[in-house]
Amino acid sequence: MTALVLRQGLLGPTARRLLRHPSFVLGAVLFGTVVVLALAAPWVTEVGPNRMAVRLRFQPPGEMFLLGSDNLGRSMWSRVVWGARLSLLIGAWVVALNAVFGILLGLLAGYFPRLDGPLMRLADALMAFPAVLLAIGIAAALGPSVTTVIIALAVVYIPRTARILRASVLVVRELDFVQAARAAGATDGRILRRHILPNCMAPLIVQLSFVFAYAILSEAVLSFLGLGAAPTEPSWGILIAEGRSYIREAWWLTFMPGAAIAVAVLGLNLLGDGLRDVLDPRLTVERT
Amino acid sequence: MTAAPLLQVEGLTTLFRTGRGEVAAVEDVSFALAAGEVLGIVGESGSGKSVTALSVMGLLPEPPARIGAGRIRFEGRDLLAMPARERRALRGAAMGMVFQEPMTSLNPVFTVGDQIVETIRTHDRLPLSAARDRAVATLARVGIPSPARRMQDYPHQLSGGMRQRVMIAIALACAPRLLLADEPTTALDVTIQAQLLDLMRDLQTERGMGIVLITHNMGVIAEFADRVLVMYAGRVAEEAPVEALFDAPRHPYTVGLIGATPTLEGTGGALVTIPGTLPRLGDGLPGCGFAPRCLRATAACRAAPPPMVEVAPGHRVACLHWDRPTPGEARAPRVPA
Repeated sequence: MTALVLRQGLLGPTARRLLRHPSFVLGAVLFGTVVVLALAAPWVTEVGPNRMAVRLRFQPPGEMFLLGSDNLGRSMWSRVVWGARLSLLIGAWVVALNAVFGILLGLLAGYFPRLDGPLMRLADALMAFPAVLLAIGIAAALGPSVTTVIIALAVVYIPRTARILRASVLVVRELDFVQAARAAGATDGRILRRHILPNCMAPLIVQLSFVFAYAILSEAVLSFLGLGAAPTEPSWGILIAEGRSYIREAWWLTFMPGAAIAVAVLGLNLLGDGLRDVLDPRLTVERT
Repeated sequence: MTAAPLLQVEGLTTLFRTGRGEVAAVEDVSFALAAGEVLGIVGESGSGKSVTALSVMGLLPEPPARIGAGRIRFEGRDLLAMPARERRALRGAAMGMVFQEPMTSLNPVFTVGDQIVETIRTHDRLPLSAARDRAVATLARVGIPSPARRMQDYPHQLSGGMRQRVMIAIALACAPRLLLADEPTTALDVTIQAQLLDLMRDLQTERGMGIVLITHNMGVIAEFADRVLVMYAGRVAEEAPVEALFDAPRHPYTVGLIGATPTLEGTGGALVTIPGTLPRLGDGLPGCGFAPRCLRATAACRAAPPPMVEVAPGHRVACLHWDRPTPGEARAPRVPA
């Protein structure tokens, strides 16, 4: 079916090149599996993530529990799969906030020279802190909750996204068709929306795929430090934090959520590399 | 000049902020354009032709650019005193502009049709279908075959000549009364150039537009312009009806320009060159900008910029020695036929 679609050219040339790019395909498969499992959590798990079976504590991975059970006899498989929901949800929110505010601030800074200085100095100030340290500071100030994590990570990564977009805007706004649009009477808003933003999408999409990966990682860090979600809602970071005390006796409590994070982040990074290669071979994305 | 001209520029001075302070790219430029007239502006790169046009359109980024002095009137209204919003509404509707680079002047991510329709709908509140019909009609008028189908094309699917036709269509879609064409044919090959100039002339007679045509090509000027403004180093060197300019050029720079133009007959042996290059902007030469390269120059030329002298009706020249051709200077060939 896919082959048929490809042959008939129903997909654009970019999509076809992506599907031929090995790292994009591998990344999409890895990350796609995580997303599908998370969405299908009620159907792929037999017991809920908080269902305790005290007599079956610390079961190693095997027939009884696919990924073992924890100190309260809860299924690690169920907890990792349900935890994916929260981790991915946080990642998606951070990406969405990044897209909205990164685009807004990047366009303003790149297009209006008057705003460029103040906005970019602000970005410099935020970027002067190590990412995780800043997130810890914000999360600690706001008190632990899922919303806090989302806000903290958004604040950390928005300046980076805005900066990347600003760089593209600076290039695109000097192109002839922008001048031509202005000569045809287009307003600034229309020029930004129709002429500049669509021509800046490639680096932005790549950046957002990396932001998703960083958000998942940083969420784990914040939750591990007790600044994230409440322990009743398992996210990957919380699972690792909970398993830490038993790491000598029951390695699977920390290893399984850790592996899940690794798969998701590796998938996203491979996917982002593929996007970068295909959308803009000359682009080098700033890594944080 | 009879009634109120379509476009009147008086003493326009456009400054640019640079590392060496503010520098005038255009200084004290005045001209007028009547409806239905073609004014050619000619000069070499850096002479201020494009900056003049962009100043009229209000397209220069401020800062670094700034209109330092002068007045630009369009149909009697002072453009420089007008609120930005009103001025924007004039752009694309009452005054259109065509640029030099057709390859990059269209947005690569939208179809040609989208881009024309967008311009039409910016200025006239038309339903989409009506705007589309007008876009197709405009494309047909600028000589694009099967225009309805070309509407769906992306810019990269069209040749340079076709793209320039599309640019002209965008500029003309709202029936402007003034068209500024900045080197519209320079990037195209010669046959396409001729076709496009013919097209522009047809459109001009059909609609009675006033056209300002910027070029460095004397052949195009001879072919197309009614009157000519010769610019040098940001100032007007000479202004004359086209026949007068080619028959009796008065400014030594004009003489040089015409002498440097190859003609079809090709009889004259080596082409004349003008020694030297344009002065750098902001070098602060007190006198005539052309004096360092001029065979006629005297001490008076270097002391102060020469005033404009009217040497014949409609023929003005900024040269102290306009009536004193120097021996050995290039003789002007006739108008290339």
